[in-house]
Amino acid sequence: MARAVTTKQKAINTAFALGVALLIFFPILWTILTSFKTEAQAINDPPIFFFFDWTLENYYAVQERSDYMKFLWNSIFIAGGSTLLGIIIAVPAAWSMAFVPSKRTKDILLWMLSTKMLPAVGVLYPIYLLFIELGLLDSRGGLAFVLMLINLPIMVWMLYTYFKEIPVDILEAARMDGASLRDEILYVLTPMAIPGIASTILLNIILAWNEAFWTLNLTAAKAAPLTQFIASYSSPEGLFFAKLSAASVMAIAPILVLGWFSQKQLVRGLTFGAVK
Amino acid sequence: MGRIVLNQVSKSFGSTEVIPPLDLAIEDGEFAVFVGPSGCGKSTLLRLIAGLEDVSGGVVQIDGKDMTDVPPAKRGLAMVFQSYALYPHMTVRKNIAFPLRMAKMPKAEVNKRVNDAAEILNLTDYIDRRPGQLSGGQRQRVAIGRAIVREPSAFLFDEPLSNLDAALRGGMRLEISEMHKRLDTTMIYVTHDQVEAMTMADKIVVLQAGVIEQVGSPLELYRAPCNVFVAGFIGSPRMNLLTGAEAQKHNATTIGIRPEHLSISNESGTWEGTVGVSEHLGSDSFFHVQCAAFENPLTVRADGGLELSYGSKVFLSPDMAHMHYFDANGLRIE
Repeated sequence: MARAVTTKQKAINTAFALGVALLIFFPILWTILTSFKTEAQAINDPPIFFFFDWTLENYYAVQERSDYMKFLWNSIFIAGGSTLLGIIIAVPAAWSMAFVPSKRTKDILLWMLSTKMLPAVGVLYPIYLLFIELGLLDSRGGLAFVLMLINLPIMVWMLYTYFKEIPVDILEAARMDGASLRDEILYVLTPMAIPGIASTILLNIILAWNEAFWTLNLTAAKAAPLTQFIASYSSPEGLFFAKLSAASVMAIAPILVLGWFSQKQLVRGLTFGAVK
Repeated sequence: MGRIVLNQVSKSFGSTEVIPPLDLAIEDGEFAVFVGPSGCGKSTLLRLIAGLEDVSGGVVQIDGKDMTDVPPAKRGLAMVFQSYALYPHMTVRKNIAFPLRMAKMPKAEVNKRVNDAAEILNLTDYIDRRPGQLSGGQRQRVAIGRAIVREPSAFLFDEPLSNLDAALRGGMRLEISEMHKRLDTTMIYVTHDQVEAMTMADKIVVLQAGVIEQVGSPLELYRAPCNVFVAGFIGSPRMNLLTGAEAQKHNATTIGIRPEHLSISNESGTWEGTVGVSEHLGSDSFFHVQCAAFENPLTVRADGGLELSYGSKVFLSPDMAHMHYFDANGLRIE
């Protein structure tokens, strides 16, 4: 029997959902609000919500003091580069695991995922030393490579679950129809897997963009992405909350916009396989 | 042109041997049906011929050429899958054209062939739809269309009708038989449905546990099953297989008599029994009769007009000319 949902119940559910959403969104909202306040208003007690003198002075100050474009470009390079590298490795890997599995395929997948359970700081020391040795410290390429490694398990898993949903019959039909391996991948598999590949790329860009531990530890000035940009406003300047907020807003804005426009794709990508 | 010969072909998955070495020849233009219970290896055998599975031993020959190590794309065979396996992102037209595109055929020729195939299969009205917008029967037609456009040397069908409802299945059965007569191309058809096997095949290959039990025309198999398994598998309703003292009388371990070769009477006969469940099909009636002489009830076919009430006493008489005898190993005794 279908559950009868009364209007009152619906209203309560909606209010509850809105409450949870607001709770999650509040820090971001607060950051955005604070970025438009003066430093004095930002630390005012009790806090001021909307009725302050809206100002853009923090944004001017941040623009003057540091080269936002350089950090932005580094972030784009690192997030994009690690994603591109990752997809080049993950697609064939997931492919073979989904369509020509061996006895150990499940073990390999679990082992890969288990590397995500290790605290990142546990391998900081060896990776740091390797970076010094290889001269990769503060280089965008090196960082993109490390972030690719960090996110590779997730990419392979996501693509694997996607490919698993593609009936192997269809690939066999293509083979019977005279398709070479290249034709099969190009004309049959890829078009069918495009939603999966797209959401994997999106998620990975977001993860790489937001990654702070490795970006903060392995870069200094040259290759510093937006995470460094934010961090540089928190430590040396002490409690300049308004400027810090303005920097944060500038750093998260691009990814927020990307996430907003691709949310449908993302939700589908993340729940794929769970709901048939 | 498609004579297919299997020579000592075998298949193992790990340490499990699913098909022990077997020999089989399918003549050019023949309609061969592989039939057997599920898990008997019939689909695996078809996939070995297609090249979708690698043989563990032996040689697969198509048209006299050794194709054992040739990939499926190069064997010149077309396959129709149980799940249809259409390309969901392509329209009907593109689905049917796909094998021709892969063969790098000129566009004009592709269009002509696709239109012809669509016409033959009554798909012209749906040519620009995607598979998701078609009914099961239409999808099946597209799958067949995709197979016929490239004029393969042989068609392979892997239980193509098992996803269709009964009415559609009967119609498609006729269409495939019709297609075979018209194209005169070798066809290998896998099914677990012995009615499909009997009605369509030139040659039936009965398989059990990866072993070929018998090869023959439908009527050969019906008239002279070589062992108890084939006797029980071919024919509907299945043959009554009887053991015990009655069989001993004929110096056999098992005797077999088909429902249509038993006559039923109220007054006298060979075996006395009581009527159990009756099934009335209109044209025929089937009675399940429990006889004192046998452990299991016997199935009897009678005229559709005959009505017998549950529990009534009857006598059954076998037509001795159609009695089958089997020895202790289950093999036929002539």
